[in-house]
Amino acid sequence: MKYVDTNQVQKNMNSRLIKNNILKSVFFLATIFGLIVLAVLIFRVIMQGASWINMDFLTNKLSTSPDRAGIMGAILGTFWLMLVVIPVTLILGVGTAIYLELYAKKGRFQGFIQTNIANLAGVPSIVYGILGMTIFVRALDFGNVVLAGGLTMSLLVLPIIIVASQESIRSVPQHLSEASYGMGATKWQTVKNIILPAALPGILTGSILSLSRAIGETAPLVVIGIPALLIPFPGGIMDKFTVLPMQIYYWTIDSSLVEEYANLAAATIIILLVLLFLLNATAIFIRNKFQKRF
Amino acid sequence: MALDNKIDNQDKPSIQDMIAKKKNGKNLTSITEKVIPVLLFLIAAVSIFTTIGIVYTLLIETIEFFKRVPVMDFFTGTALKPLSQNPEFGVLPLINGTIISSIIAMLVAGPIGIMTAVFLSEYASERVRRTLKPMLEILAGIPTIVYGFFAFTFVTPLIREVFPSVEATNILSPGLVMGVMIIPMIASLSEDAMTSVPNAMREGALALGATKLEVTFRVVIPAALSGIIASFVLGISRAIGETMIVTIASGSSKNFTFDITQSMQTMTAYIVEVSGGEAPAGSTIYFSLYAVAMTLFVFTLLMNLLARYVSRKFREEY
Repeated sequence: MKYVDTNQVQKNMNSRLIKNNILKSVFFLATIFGLIVLAVLIFRVIMQGASWINMDFLTNKLSTSPDRAGIMGAILGTFWLMLVVIPVTLILGVGTAIYLELYAKKGRFQGFIQTNIANLAGVPSIVYGILGMTIFVRALDFGNVVLAGGLTMSLLVLPIIIVASQESIRSVPQHLSEASYGMGATKWQTVKNIILPAALPGILTGSILSLSRAIGETAPLVVIGIPALLIPFPGGIMDKFTVLPMQIYYWTIDSSLVEEYANLAAATIIILLVLLFLLNATAIFIRNKFQKRF
Repeated sequence: MALDNKIDNQDKPSIQDMIAKKKNGKNLTSITEKVIPVLLFLIAAVSIFTTIGIVYTLLIETIEFFKRVPVMDFFTGTALKPLSQNPEFGVLPLINGTIISSIIAMLVAGPIGIMTAVFLSEYASERVRRTLKPMLEILAGIPTIVYGFFAFTFVTPLIREVFPSVEATNILSPGLVMGVMIIPMIASLSEDAMTSVPNAMREGALALGATKLEVTFRVVIPAALSGIIASFVLGISRAIGETMIVTIASGSSKNFTFDITQSMQTMTAYIVEVSGGEAPAGSTIYFSLYAVAMTLFVFTLLMNLLARYVSRKFREEY
């Protein structure tokens, strides 16, 4: 007596396996869909903008005439913005991470700060723009200068660097700090001489990632109010400024008036993407080169 | 003994002295030890002050706005005409635009994101996974302004080629592009949830004769459901808060409509439009900025809290 009808099982098996294989291909196609869009986007931007990039474009001042317009001002503005964002986020971000991981008593207050940081990470960037406009531009009366934009951006990316630094500090093994205490070092000496150096690669990676977020972000600066056609170059943190994404924004929305503006926007996008690529490559390099496995 | 040592080395401090001196707490090291924690606490408090700053500024100006415009008119009004002679401040057109663009984005990002997660966590070999995942993360690192440019100068013309009736600024194109932008987020969060499903459960199902597909749909996805739903909610929150793509590609029409081929304004785009220009401080339109921003803030906050609640409450523990 046969308990199993082999033919029937074979028949059922086949259709189930075919279904499995078909859907495997569908899943694969879905996975590369995003990559295809990415390829189209980059290809399209390069086709449109690459021929516009030359020395004049990189070094000229802004101009309403597409042939003479250059993005030196935006590059300098991005540079000055970075000069504000880097120290502010490093001090605030790493300080907060050290406090939460090493000093705060595990309890309600620490949990409260942690939840607060998680919520801040989810606040839309444009809301930070409103905060910056209200506090830095108007209440403190900085005006729409580099400092106001830089502080706003710093607050925006702070959660990223805090979380990255925390993870990095947490991954420093206990026995290193215990050895330090055993030698008679105080807590701060241990933090400064043992934990921070060991956590540095992770902290740097996190800070570079947060920096690249700050460089590509546009919305908060739109709210703060960046002039569309700013001719003079910024020379310090109290000067009016524009940055690469803002220039892309203005050229894109004005491309319905002057067609070449779209090409200028594409060329600026290439510069911005190259800058971001270099930053991220540095971050990956630091991570691979200096990350110690304990 | 200690006494003897002291006599022997008159010029060197004894260990006892050193300990005593340290206990006194007047030297630089011990002062540092006391100051540093306070300093770090103040630095950590900045994040709290940021939250307070956001809520405070939004609240104060929103209250001022509601002194001029009744709350009911704001939340139930379908007309938004801030610049007309008899200005009307109904927020519904903006909420409508925000929700519609988010739905379009999620229709793209939801299925594709979850299918990507299934492929990466269940089907792909370790080598394929390690190549594809960083490439997908590039997608998440592209600035939103670049997506905006892409939507406006490439996707919209493409759509108009096929459907000429679509307007030059419409909600469809930025919604689609926003979806692509959110794919990596949903894929990576869902994949995390799926990979944390223990292998023993997969093996159990496989041993019973299930195919990989059946294992995925009957075992892995149900077990990882809380994480997947949380990733969806976070994706929606991201779509609601997204600014530049919709600002550039969807125009500034404030019509209350459900026609996705038309221009619609989202809350974020309204904030950009008003703050970027003609609103003098102190005018009603200026205060409307804060009321809309407050609504946006509450929307995204609720979404984020919901995501955290879902992933905590419904997590299956193994």
